[in-house]
Amino acid sequence: MILRVTEQGRAQLQAAAIAILASIAIGSVMMLVVGVPPGTVWWAMLERTTSDPYTLGQVLYKATGLALCGLSVGLALDAGLFNIGAEGQLTAGVLACALMGTALPGDTPSFIAVPLCLFAAALAGGLVGAAIGALRAYRGAHEVITSIMLNAIVAALALWVGNAFLFQGGTTRGADIVKGAELPHLPFAGSAVNGTLIMALGLVALLTWLRSSTTWGQMWRAVGRDPDAARSVGIAVPRVQTIVMAAAGALAGLAAANFVLGHKHAFEEGLGRGTGFLGISAALLGRTHPVGIGIAALLLGLLSAGGLAVADLVPKELTEMLQGVVVLAVAAAGPWVARHPRAAPKDPVGQRAGKARAA
Amino acid sequence: MSEVIAAVFSLQVLRMAVPYALAALGGAITERSGVIDLALEAKLLFGAFTAAAVAHATGSPLAGVLGGIAAGMLVAAVQCLASLRLGADHVIVGVALNLLALGGTRFLLQLFYGEGANSPPAPGYGDAVLASPIVWLAIVASIVVPIALVKTKWGLRLRAAGDRPDALVAVGVSPVRARLYAALVGGALAGAGGAQLSLAVGGFSADMSGGRGYIALAMVILAGWRPAWAALACVGVALAERLSIELQLRTAAVPAELLHILPYVLTLAVLVVGGARRPPPRALGSR
Repeated sequence: MILRVTEQGRAQLQAAAIAILASIAIGSVMMLVVGVPPGTVWWAMLERTTSDPYTLGQVLYKATGLALCGLSVGLALDAGLFNIGAEGQLTAGVLACALMGTALPGDTPSFIAVPLCLFAAALAGGLVGAAIGALRAYRGAHEVITSIMLNAIVAALALWVGNAFLFQGGTTRGADIVKGAELPHLPFAGSAVNGTLIMALGLVALLTWLRSSTTWGQMWRAVGRDPDAARSVGIAVPRVQTIVMAAAGALAGLAAANFVLGHKHAFEEGLGRGTGFLGISAALLGRTHPVGIGIAALLLGLLSAGGLAVADLVPKELTEMLQGVVVLAVAAAGPWVARHPRAAPKDPVGQRAGKARAA
Repeated sequence: MSEVIAAVFSLQVLRMAVPYALAALGGAITERSGVIDLALEAKLLFGAFTAAAVAHATGSPLAGVLGGIAAGMLVAAVQCLASLRLGADHVIVGVALNLLALGGTRFLLQLFYGEGANSPPAPGYGDAVLASPIVWLAIVASIVVPIALVKTKWGLRLRAAGDRPDALVAVGVSPVRARLYAALVGGALAGAGGAQLSLAVGGFSADMSGGRGYIALAMVILAGWRPAWAALACVGVALAERLSIELQLRTAAVPAELLHILPYVLTLAVLVVGGARRPPPRALGSR
């Protein structure tokens, strides 16, 4: 199912490949500007991240959070909605997950504690997502604007809750969650990668199936392709939009498990910050296909961890900037491939244009 | 309480309203021509950085303002290249440019000054609100832009490009070119708004736009894409921002973390209650 490459699939792969090459080219130019030979930097990035099990584990740790946030953005994009609120949804998830983890009795067994914490994270993220979706569907408020406002509001609320109730003795760290709620680290030389990676892989498989083989998947993609057509065949568009945004929010909220249950075991100020925004890059580079998003998350995790690994050669701000370049390149590459077709495939990211016109 | 009110309604409000208002005026022009302007945040941020860098290098705040304007126009040119020439999705291009601005200004800070968070001090206009040419630009633009949209050939063509690009083609005018000219003017205004951000405090700091571009766009939508009303709504946002600062200074009744989000909460509330009653330009977002 995954390996069968259709004409449309090939166009997606082409677009992603062009975007990656363009980003590498632009990144190389920036390295030349800084006065470092690009070949050296790229090679060092690849070599230092893959040769050492600890750094490789860090790449996988970053990729886990990115994959979950990327799935969140990708799911919404499939339904024609742009979820740049993953950042706020993740923060809400982190807070809820840690609150649940600390509130449980100390001897709670893990088969109860872990699901409860995951549920809390998904619920908190899902509520934020549902609010964005409902505002879009029923009030016509653009999801990008409401998402940005909610990102700021959620971040401030989390900081306030932390300062007022959670942070201990002048630190910006709350109390530890109960032992039963901790997810085990994976054996990568003591790095942060943990059991959440398995959950993320499971969700990639689940979403791949939902998206391509169920009525549900057909429904939300129909809404993304053309809301008017979807309405005319009897799909309740506002309800689908709200539910999809709630689910997207839940996915971003679940990324909290990677940071709270798997690694830090407490609420910390700024935990997971930036992962939601980088998830946008993962979703676009993965062309909204769950498997593609997983691969894109790995690449971006490599770029992110690799950027730190080569910080002695180029400033780490350069790799931060590259993340924006990737999004820009992938947004332009889709239509370019579609305009130079062998079989004129349609571009799922570009299909938003129909919706944008209707808005 | 009365002193809070007096402080809120002082001339300083004007200073805080200017970045919002210039961004909103620029956004209104760009959107009326049919280009979705989520890149306002990038224009503010690059404008703020360039203004501080140029003012620091030349010692002249006026040169800084011009630098900010040029930076805003450059972002608008890239935006048009990506969404009109290459046919990329307007919303995604906007978000990409905003990400790029966030990382890019940090990168340039590192490159120029070897520091990731703040620029060296730049000569600015400080507290003398009425001595700043940017404040006057904002006041003049709030009056001129609405008139120019209706009365000039430039305004007529850009509105046609936003509503009926095919009609523009029929009379032999390229809608893409009309949109480019509109976006460049819009970018110049937003860039000037960015210059106000950094020159008013005498230097650039990373992420100093802090979501103002998004708020400005929300005000454009709320005002039904009418520039004068959008600018007026921005004064309201500035009042909320001013109020939150004054309350932070004077009272401990509400935690500071929550007061600081007052403009965001207000914007969200307005979007929920107000909705968009006027329709957007008909060809908004087309490529």
